[in-house]
Amino acid sequence: MALFDEKIRQQLRDILKNMKDAVNLSFFTQEFECWPCTDVHEFVKELASLTDTIKLSVFDFQKDKARADKFRVDKIPAIVLNGKDNAYAGIKYYGLPGGYEINSFIQDMIELSGRKEPLPAAIASRIAAISKKVHLQVYVTLTCPFCPGAVAVAHRLAQESAMVEADMIDVSLFPYLGQRYQVTSVPMTIINETHSLVGVQPMENILDVIKKL
Amino acid sequence: MDFKLQTGIFTEEQNFKPLKTDIVYDVLILGGGPAGFTAAVYCMRKGVSTGLIVKEIGGQVAETAGIENYMGYRYINGMDLAMKFKEQVAQFGIDYDEKGTVKAIETGDVKKVRLTDGRVFSARALIIATGAAWRKLGVPGEDELRGKGVANCSTCDAPFYVNKKVVVVGGGNSGIEAAIDLAKVGEKVTMVQFLDRLTGDKSLEDKLHEFKNVQVRYEHEVTGINGSQSVESVTVKNRKTGKTEDVSAQGIFVEIGLVPNSEFAKGVLKLNQAGEIMVDCASRTSAPGIFAAGDVTDVPFKQIIIAAGEGAKAALSACNYILMGE
Ligand SMILES: Cc1cc2nc3c(=O)[nH]c(=O)nc-3n(C[C@H](O)[C@H](O)[C@H](O)COP(=O)(O)OP(=O)(O)OC[C@H]3O[C@@H](n4cnc5c(N)ncnc54)[C@H](O)[C@@H]3O)c2cc1C
Repeated sequence: MALFDEKIRQQLRDILKNMKDAVNLSFFTQEFECWPCTDVHEFVKELASLTDTIKLSVFDFQKDKARADKFRVDKIPAIVLNGKDNAYAGIKYYGLPGGYEINSFIQDMIELSGRKEPLPAAIASRIAAISKKVHLQVYVTLTCPFCPGAVAVAHRLAQESAMVEADMIDVSLFPYLGQRYQVTSVPMTIINETHSLVGVQPMENILDVIKKL
Repeated sequence: MDFKLQTGIFTEEQNFKPLKTDIVYDVLILGGGPAGFTAAVYCMRKGVSTGLIVKEIGGQVAETAGIENYMGYRYINGMDLAMKFKEQVAQFGIDYDEKGTVKAIETGDVKKVRLTDGRVFSARALIIATGAAWRKLGVPGEDELRGKGVANCSTCDAPFYVNKKVVVVGGGNSGIEAAIDLAKVGEKVTMVQFLDRLTGDKSLEDKLHEFKNVQVRYEHEVTGINGSQSVESVTVKNRKTGKTEDVSAQGIFVEIGLVPNSEFAKGVLKLNQAGEIMVDCASRTSAPGIFAAGDVTDVPFKQIIIAAGEGAKAALSACNYILMGE
C-alpha cells in the first residue's frame, strides 16, 4: 500500500523542485526484511520516484558489509544521505522519517543538494575549529512536534564539519538504545556516548559540549 | 503512518533575506509566535523597514496538538497553524533570522538587540513578542532529573511510560490533556492539583473521568522529586493537613502554566511581579519606542487570537512612532 497519498505526493514534488543538485540516498535493509524495514523501503522508493534528483541505492546490511562499514551503518533500517558525489556526509536516519520527521528529512535533502543559508560567521568559525571526532545521536518519537528541530541542528553540524556525524534514531524501534542512554524525554541528543542534552538546543549549546569533550 | 509535512518550511524560504547587522531598521520584532508574526505582517504592509528574530517558529503554538478556538479554523494542528503564519509573513520578503536568541536590549534613539551568538542588531523601534515558557516547580530534583523522568510534553514522551506510573502536576487544560495522553498508555496516573477542583474546560474534564486509572489529589502540592539515576518517586504534601507522602512514579509531567520570556528586559523595562512586561492600551512599554505584545506582557488571558490581536496593535503603534514620531 502506498505510504504517501496524492496530496502529499504533489506537495513533495513542489518542494523538491527547490533541490539544486542530486542527492544520494543509500538504504540498508536485509533479505528478509524486518517489519520496520519494509515501511522505510517503501518510503525511500516512493520518494525517489517523485524526482530525478534523488538517486536511490538499496543495500543488504549483511551482504554489502563493505558499504555499510564505509557509511558507518551499525543497525537497520538505515538511510544514509549524501550529496551528488556520494561521499559520506555523516547524515543518517535509523527508522522511518514519518510523522513530523518527514520535515527534517526533506530539509536535509534540500540542504545537501546545495541550497542552504550560510551560518553566522561566529558559528561557522567554531565549527571549523572542531578537531575531534564527534558522534551525535538524536533520539526522537514521531509524534514529537519539535524533534525535527533537534535533528536539523545535528544534521547541519554534520554537513558543515567532516569531524561530525549525526543520526536520527526513532527510539520506539530501538528500545534497547533508549534504555542504554536512559531516554525518557525527546528530543534527546547523545554526544559521543558520554554527554546528553534534552530538548531542542541551539547550535551554540552543542558546540559548547563539543568543546569540552 | 501519517506524514505531518509542513510545506511552509520549504516553499517560501527563498523569500526571506538574512538579517543585517550594518543597518538601522525602522522596526525589529523579537519572537515568532502569533504576536510576532502578526506584527511582521502589519509592519511590512505599512512599508517600514522590518527585521524579525525568531528563536523557534510558532512559539507555543507549535507545541500545541490541536486548536479549536482560532477563528477561521474549526480545528487545526498547532504546527500547521504556525506554518501558515510563517507563509503569510514570507510573501513580503522580510529580513529574517531563525534560531537567534536575544540576550539583551538597550534603549536610546537607536535601540540595540544583542543575541547570544554575539551579533548585534539596531532599530529605531522594537516590538517584543517573546511569549512564555513552561513554569518550573522549583523543587529539589527537578533540574537534576530533567529528561530523566521530568518532562512537559506528553504527546512527545507518552510512549516511554507504557505500563508505568506517572504524576501530572497541574489541573488546568494542559494538565488534563497530559493526564489523558498518559492514562491511555500508563498503569496509573496521579494528578496533583493545588486547588480543590480542576480548572480546565468541561469537555476535557468529562473525557478525563472516563479513565479508571487516574487519581486526582486535590489540595496537594509537589515538594520534591526523588531518584538517583531517574525519577523513582514524587513527594506530595496535603495542603490542609501538612502531611507528606512519597508517591511511586517513573515520570512527572509539570503542567503548571508559564513564565514570560522577559529575562533580557529586566532592569530595562518596567515588569510586574510576575515578570510580565507592563504595557499601556497602545502596547507601549516604559521605554519610548519599545513596544510589547502577547504572552510576554501583562495583558490578561493568554490565547492565540489575543496574542495575534495584540501583535497587530503593537505594530500599528510602532509604525506611528516611526512615521509620525508619536
Ligand atoms: C500546550 C499549550 C496549548 C495551548 N492551546 C491553546 C489553544 O488551544 N488556543 C489558544 O488560543 N491558545 C492556546 N495556548 C496559548 C497560546 O499558544 C499562547 O497564548 C500564544 O502562543 C502566545 O503567543 P505569543 O506570540 O505571545 O508567544 P509564543 O507563542 O510563546 O511565541 C514566542 C516567540 O518568541 C520566541 N522567543 C522567546 N524567547 C526569545 C528570545 N530570547 N529571543 C528571540 N526569540 C525568542 C519564541 O521562540 C517564539 O518564537 C496554548 C499554549 C500551550 C503551551
